[in-house]
Amino acid sequence: MKRFVALYLAIDASTSTLAKVAALKRYLADAPARDAAWAVYLLAGGTPRRAVPTGELRALACEAASLPEWLFEAGYAVTGDLAEAIAYVLPDPEDRLDEPLVDWMEQRILPLRALDAAARREAVLAAWRGLSADERFMFVKLVGGGFRVGVSKLLVQRALAEWSGADAAGIAQRMMGYTQIDTPPTAERFQALLAEDASGTRGGQPYPFFLAHALTAEPATLGDRSDWLAEWKYDGIRAQVVKREGQVWIWSRGEELVTERFPEVALTASTWPDGTVVDGELLAWHPGEGEPAPFALLQKRIGRTKLSKAILAQAPVRLLAYDLLESEGMDRRQEPLHMRRTRLEALGLATSPLLDAGAWPGLAAAREGSRERRVEGLMLKHRDSAYGIGRTVGAWWKWKVAPLSVDAVLIYAQAGHGRRANLYTDYSFAVWSRAPRDAAEAEAALDAPGGELALVPFAKAYSGLTDEEIKGVDRVVRKTTVEKFGPVRRVRPSMVFELGFEGIQASTRHKSGIAVRFPRMLRIRDDKPLHEADTLATLQQLMEVGANAGEDVGDE
Amino acid sequence: MPDLVTRRPQGLYCEPGDFYIDPWLPVARAVITHAHADHCRPGHAAYLGQHDGLGLMRARLGDEAVLEGLAYGDSRRIGDVSVSLHPAGHVLGSAQVRIEHRGEVWVVAGDYFVSGAGDCNTTCAPFEPVRCDVFVTESTFGLPIYRWAPQTEVLGDMRAWWADCAAQGRHALLMGYSLGKAQRLIAGLATADAPGPVLVHGAVARLNAAYREAGVALPDVATVTPETRFKTLRGALVIAPPAVQGSRWAKAIGPHSDAFASGWMRLRGARRRRGVDRGFVFSDHADWPGLLSAIADTGARRVIVTHGDEGTLVRYLTELGLQADAFATEYGDETHGGAETTET
Repeated sequence: MKRFVALYLAIDASTSTLAKVAALKRYLADAPARDAAWAVYLLAGGTPRRAVPTGELRALACEAASLPEWLFEAGYAVTGDLAEAIAYVLPDPEDRLDEPLVDWMEQRILPLRALDAAARREAVLAAWRGLSADERFMFVKLVGGGFRVGVSKLLVQRALAEWSGADAAGIAQRMMGYTQIDTPPTAERFQALLAEDASGTRGGQPYPFFLAHALTAEPATLGDRSDWLAEWKYDGIRAQVVKREGQVWIWSRGEELVTERFPEVALTASTWPDGTVVDGELLAWHPGEGEPAPFALLQKRIGRTKLSKAILAQAPVRLLAYDLLESEGMDRRQEPLHMRRTRLEALGLATSPLLDAGAWPGLAAAREGSRERRVEGLMLKHRDSAYGIGRTVGAWWKWKVAPLSVDAVLIYAQAGHGRRANLYTDYSFAVWSRAPRDAAEAEAALDAPGGELALVPFAKAYSGLTDEEIKGVDRVVRKTTVEKFGPVRRVRPSMVFELGFEGIQASTRHKSGIAVRFPRMLRIRDDKPLHEADTLATLQQLMEVGANAGEDVGDE
Repeated sequence: MPDLVTRRPQGLYCEPGDFYIDPWLPVARAVITHAHADHCRPGHAAYLGQHDGLGLMRARLGDEAVLEGLAYGDSRRIGDVSVSLHPAGHVLGSAQVRIEHRGEVWVVAGDYFVSGAGDCNTTCAPFEPVRCDVFVTESTFGLPIYRWAPQTEVLGDMRAWWADCAAQGRHALLMGYSLGKAQRLIAGLATADAPGPVLVHGAVARLNAAYREAGVALPDVATVTPETRFKTLRGALVIAPPAVQGSRWAKAIGPHSDAFASGWMRLRGARRRRGVDRGFVFSDHADWPGLLSAIADTGARRVIVTHGDEGTLVRYLTELGLQADAFATEYGDETHGGAETTET
């Protein structure tokens, strides 16, 4: 683990991409494949499940350091990071446990979950006795389920490519699903990342998702309408469904294998020809209905592994296909979209319909009906576009209906009153001062407040959540509290909410320079990482369109 | 008996002796614990300080200031009390002020260095515990997260970083406060088998001279001047005050890696805020175990906590069964990696 800790520290200490890649390459050159397999897993975003509850870690730290709880908490408040606080308060190590990363992960850390509290206590204390402060920091991060590092998946792929000489795009594709939870990486899987496809057997391996950009300009700037295919932008879960060798795999956009969660979709896909890979949207959709059910219904299915007959009947899910990445076992991604589309339609699946409005104004008019259709707006895809990797500007655009809603970050919470007493129900929300580059930059901004990248508070809201949801948020608020002032808690931001409002206007009373009318929570965006929350610029843009919309909606 | 030392608007005041200790507003007579700017301020009519630190005080206060020196252990009658100064291990001439009045002994420690790892500051007289009834202690690093690694280990890490820089054909710029920290770094790093030459900023060089005049044997190091040609040097280590970060002065070094040495570097957030390549946890203040052992060694029945984490330390000492309270002082202004501009 020593070598991995050194790599982590080198990455953490540096802001230079070049230096990070260099450190990664040095590590890869030195580490045995079994270790490198884990290092790549962890750095590319793999997060082992929490093996020890954080409350237990705190209690053990107090015990090991002989500290009263309040004193430990005082130190924790200053570091703002549990792993850091624990690493520093513990007494000096008594012996040295110098074991490879793979052994730490597989022999010591992953098995902790299955132990009872007494055995877990022994195991954690033994680990702490044998580790240096930096290693303890890493250990707590890994067992506490909060491991993060300032390096993107793309950067890891780049380092792997430069080090191995293999093509980065190929590595990106083979890395799909590599970081799945509960699928520990092995030396074989690691080496398979680097091996060019020789065997031809790909199992359930999906392709990297191709992503769209938000269209902020007028669509006419895209040129001729006839060059573009227009579809509704559905409000569901993006997924890739793979059918090969008689088997079906369903992958979420987060590269999690979710086949078991959508048995009805898997059943339908099992009738597809082998060697078919489809990109589409999972939607809750009642048979016979003209449009999908609200997202909230789909949400009931997310995260649920045990599916009762009742829930399957209450929230049936179907796949609406919009792209074909593989057919007859052939990678079709470089073919122009209209050809892929023709192949897709020939398969006879439920396919996202194309809008036939002939000119941009007609399309714009159709888009106005998005809200009624429970879609988010339109997708515009160039008819000749290939299916690329990640975000390439210019090929695909999402043209959302002007929404009076933003994705905001919860930063303060206050306990409610009466029935809601003792529950944190009233929240303050913030947006980013500008879009963070990535998760690492967002976290760094939280770690070091006062910089130019910051969360700017702009609204308070206390309605829109169900009691169950409030309880969940309350738990997170208590767990992530950084500071208390009277009834108000400042939290370490971790939750993104879709906030809706009826009007928006400039305000000198608010720090953000913006006031919103009747803000309420539309939904919890569990699927949205912090750094993808909206920005002040989003609010300002809304202000331009929102001025009118506010009047339309009226004041009631 | 009334308290021997109380807090007045000007600073900590000893009434039966009619003098102040490290006052922050002008007074007639000041006893100074050490020469850092927040403790040794200009404008007092008369100063008493430890003998070895007089040169440093003179440099700060100018030729007009009325200074008087006292050797460690010697005592002096002031008013109704007897005053003596005892090593605090913080910087050259740093002293704990022992005040005795009708059989009661108070010690005002100022800033001091005691480490749980058992290290001593080798560039000045090391901290000596002084038995007393009431101990007035600092609490700059008064939280259990602050535990210093053995200084040989930290110096070893610094050296490894320096050697690494040298191997990559770069220089190493190590920043730390010019009074106290810089001298400890020089003593610890400018060894015969070092990876390259050591150079210091002019501000550090002036203070080195004061150390040498007081009899501290610091290794010889070159001073950076406008004539210094870094291109002709291989793997140099440049020791400079934090203010040079990002300056033209620092750019003149050419390709280099930069680092900061301070107790605040314990915090990952502070390290990242600093924006240097490396943060070394290296302090001239007591760490948490050091504070507790220093307090225990005085045998004091009552402890008064000043600058730092007063609240935390007071509560903890109270739980240990000591009588503890706090003085609000105006020393330093840094809290947990906040302002790092004062010399700590």
